[in-house]
Amino acid sequence: MMSFLTSFVNGLSLGSIYAIIALGYTMVYGIAKMLNFAHGDFIMVGCYIIFIFSSNLGLNPVAAILIAIVLCTLLGITTERVAYRPLRNAASPLAVLITAIGVSYFLENLALLIFGADTKSFTSVVPWAGISLFGGSLQIQGITIVTILVSLLILIFLQLFVHKTREGQAMLAVSQDRGAAMLMGIDVNKTITLTFAIGSALAAVAGALLASAYPSLTPYTGAMPGIKAFVAAVLGGIGSIPGAMIGGLVLGIIEILSRTYISSQLADAIVFGILVVVLIVRPTGILGKNIQEKV
Amino acid sequence: MLKKKMLSRNSKGRFTTYGIVIAAWIIMEIFMRAGLMSSHLEGLLVPMTYYAIVAVALNLCVGILGELSLGHAGFMCVGAFSSALFSLVTDGVMPDGVRFLIALVIGVIVSAIVGFLIGIPVLRLNGDYLAIVTLAFGEIIKNIINAMYLGVDSKGVHISFESQMALNMEPEGKTLINGAMGVTGTPHDANFTIAVILLLLALVVVQNFIDSRDGRAVMSIRDNRIAAESIGIPVTKYKMLAFTISAAIAGMAGVIFSHNIATLQSTSQYFGYNVSIMILVYVVLGGIGSIRGSVIAAVILYLLPELLRGLNKYRMLIYSVVLIAVMIINWAPKAIEKRTAFFDSIRKGMKRNGTA
Amino acid sequence: MKKKLLSIALTAVMAASLLAGCGGSGASGSSSSGDTFKIGVIGPLTGGAAAYGTAVQYSAQIAVDEINAAGGINGKQVELKAEDDELDAQKSVNAYNSLKDWGMDMLVGCVTSACSIAVSEETKNDNMFQLTPSGSALDCVKYDNVFRVCFSDPAQGAASAQYIGQNGIASKVGVIYDSSDVYSSGIYQTFAQEAANQGFEIVSAEAFTADSKTDFSVQIQKAKDAGAELVFLPIYYTEASLILQQANTMGYKPIFFGCDGLDGILGVENFDTSLAEGAMLLTPFAADATDELTQSFVKSFEAKYEITPNQFGADAYDAIYAIKAAAEKENVTPSMSVTEIGDAMKKGMTEISIDGLTSTGMTWDASGEPTKEPKAVVIKDGAYVSAQ
Repeated sequence: MMSFLTSFVNGLSLGSIYAIIALGYTMVYGIAKMLNFAHGDFIMVGCYIIFIFSSNLGLNPVAAILIAIVLCTLLGITTERVAYRPLRNAASPLAVLITAIGVSYFLENLALLIFGADTKSFTSVVPWAGISLFGGSLQIQGITIVTILVSLLILIFLQLFVHKTREGQAMLAVSQDRGAAMLMGIDVNKTITLTFAIGSALAAVAGALLASAYPSLTPYTGAMPGIKAFVAAVLGGIGSIPGAMIGGLVLGIIEILSRTYISSQLADAIVFGILVVVLIVRPTGILGKNIQEKV
Repeated sequence: MLKKKMLSRNSKGRFTTYGIVIAAWIIMEIFMRAGLMSSHLEGLLVPMTYYAIVAVALNLCVGILGELSLGHAGFMCVGAFSSALFSLVTDGVMPDGVRFLIALVIGVIVSAIVGFLIGIPVLRLNGDYLAIVTLAFGEIIKNIINAMYLGVDSKGVHISFESQMALNMEPEGKTLINGAMGVTGTPHDANFTIAVILLLLALVVVQNFIDSRDGRAVMSIRDNRIAAESIGIPVTKYKMLAFTISAAIAGMAGVIFSHNIATLQSTSQYFGYNVSIMILVYVVLGGIGSIRGSVIAAVILYLLPELLRGLNKYRMLIYSVVLIAVMIINWAPKAIEKRTAFFDSIRKGMKRNGTA
Repeated sequence: MKKKLLSIALTAVMAASLLAGCGGSGASGSSSSGDTFKIGVIGPLTGGAAAYGTAVQYSAQIAVDEINAAGGINGKQVELKAEDDELDAQKSVNAYNSLKDWGMDMLVGCVTSACSIAVSEETKNDNMFQLTPSGSALDCVKYDNVFRVCFSDPAQGAASAQYIGQNGIASKVGVIYDSSDVYSSGIYQTFAQEAANQGFEIVSAEAFTADSKTDFSVQIQKAKDAGAELVFLPIYYTEASLILQQANTMGYKPIFFGCDGLDGILGVENFDTSLAEGAMLLTPFAADATDELTQSFVKSFEAKYEITPNQFGADAYDAIYAIKAAAEKENVTPSMSVTEIGDAMKKGMTEISIDGLTSTGMTWDASGEPTKEPKAVVIKDGAYVSAQ
């Protein structure tokens, strides 16, 4: 039982990181209707910025995270403006997907040139060791608790923002019908830029938490968590903010539990297998809206 | 989400496509025979061709069927491993040519079966959900083969997902798939001529399919599924048909892959989702639905990073910049507008000069 | 219009590649230049394994610079060129062909096993002398023209098991290995076979894969629950540094025992080396060793590239010096053809004995396997100390 609880907590920890990354994915997908394949690499950029400012220059971690948020936001806005916006009305939605892949290659190889290929060890931004329950038989790390709290806070913030502010309402409108939103006087370009800004800021936060929980940093750090988070966003119903949260947590927990109880060699196959089963039962993910196609 | 607005390309050009491939083959052969070709380029010919074949296969799925697949590397993987296993077991038993032919048939059939089985659940989904499930299946295939240990001895076939020791083989037994270490020692049966013949075969199959009644049915489903259904087209059957053919052709490319190199491993750099995405890049850059475009784009994009080798550590960076630039120039509505205007003005200018 | 553009682009590329073809055509068969040795290096210079490939490239460069400054090999200068294979066997063969066009005389590579095996199929046909610094799988040296500097995977696995057994370090052993990696699963395989003869028990053997190597809590937890006193890590230091940190936060402090892949862990930037305290490595090279050769190598490496070299680099450095020794023994000159050099080097390699970074008195037999002593080192106060 205790080992199950330990695994469950480890799953929560991994899952809440997937969840934060997935929130960024799902925001951008819902409003700009594009898969930003470079999202994982925005996270990597965020990690390196924090690493430089806090580990190399000795800045306070919180200040380093703030700088990373600002720089990542700028990166997100610039990428959107330069690489994605020209293709927004392209004949095929695949065009912008391929460009996003190009941006991903670009960021990875740029980081490789600047920082080199060798691994860097990241100092956790959460110095708190955590709590120990049941006489020490169940330990919950500080970073796990912080990650879960932060992801919940972000979820609440995003829900309030989307449903209670004018900008959030504009986002909802753009996500439902871009043409109609434009007719209602909503500045679509500005709304999408704002979405990218929020998504990239989230990437910086996710980077800080990812690298604190799993403290090794290479130019490819973001790639695999990025793709897993994408899977999580789809699992939860892509475009849905609570869905991304649930998808991330479910994915993390399944990953750890299948590794614990079934096979550590086949864990990847099992995780993807469960994704397949969920999507076959619920073809638009756990919380996805099933939009009936009309003639 | 992936609405396809393109019309089917005029299929009169199919013979031009075959012509280009054959001409390229003749030119390359002449250069090779005359010893004028660098060994670097010579070594690139076969991989270039099998990636062109997968690109054609994926274009059938993305361009004609209209469903985005991110798992075609998985079908390649199945074709590569099933055929390599056959060749390994029968090495020395039969003549090389016969062995390769049977291996090819096995690779294609096994990947077609896998494609069919995966198609049953996958094709019930739509858009990005379908894409992510194909990605998942590609990763599942890769992971399972990666964890698989397979050996034969006098008692028969042994299989394990734990370790080589768990096979419990007799000492003289032969390990065929050694987990992550994969398959080593597949005979080097493939060459450029065989690869080109198979590329032509893939082109003929796909082009004939597109021009057939079945192909038109598939495209009508792509353009408007509900309308197609309402006039009595069996949607599921046609989707399955196109998807299975696509998987089989990808498996064929896998057969060439495994018979061109001595080591075969089921790892990300050969059969992961990133490879599927790379092939998708070929398809999109070549033009969705344009079979010829896929071949040309696969060739150019496979060659590009290789030709950039001189730039050393900057080459992948430059490759990515080129990729982004080409996408924007080729696809951005504004860029297309400017390009059309530019070419129109040239044409007008030429006409004026001609009449003057 | 797009078609036309593409055709234009195609023609341009074709023309370019054909030109490239003409340029390099004379190279195959015999060396194009008679006054310098051209040594090629192949390894992953980009991608997730770039740290290993660049280490080999840089160290080989240092060795070549030293040799050139001291007058070269047989009075001829040495030129080095490294090509990227992105950890992909097919691209490794492409890189090999590209180096052949450059006029390569001898190959130091590939860095990784699968690539090395794939390329050895080509070098065998050309009778090109190939010396892999770190291709450790058994099949890497299956042809007579291929030699290696590092230990083979079976040798490392068996030696580790023997060391643990003979010194009675632990009776319950846990293993965490990368099942998607050739090197790691190769060592694990022979380690597990040998463990049966060594009187200790493998209580947990858990794998991870290249696609899930951020979270190791499960593998660590299982070793902990099984009561493993020693955790054997036949993996590279990148993942090992993560495992050490996670085990620490989970309050699990066994003896960690690794192979040559673990070397470099103290060089991870910003890594808390106290976590590695007491970890043991069976490695031929340690960057903190006090002998003069290691110190001068590490010093020039750090001065030039601002990072600490690892055992991949040390293997490559020794590879270049082994080539020098063998070439001098057999009076190899750059004007000889590739296959003449190949034959001479095959003979020369079995006649030399060199004192390198990774061992003293290294010798080779015709099988291509080196004879050298593995050194067991233990990490003490953030430095490697030899364990006796």
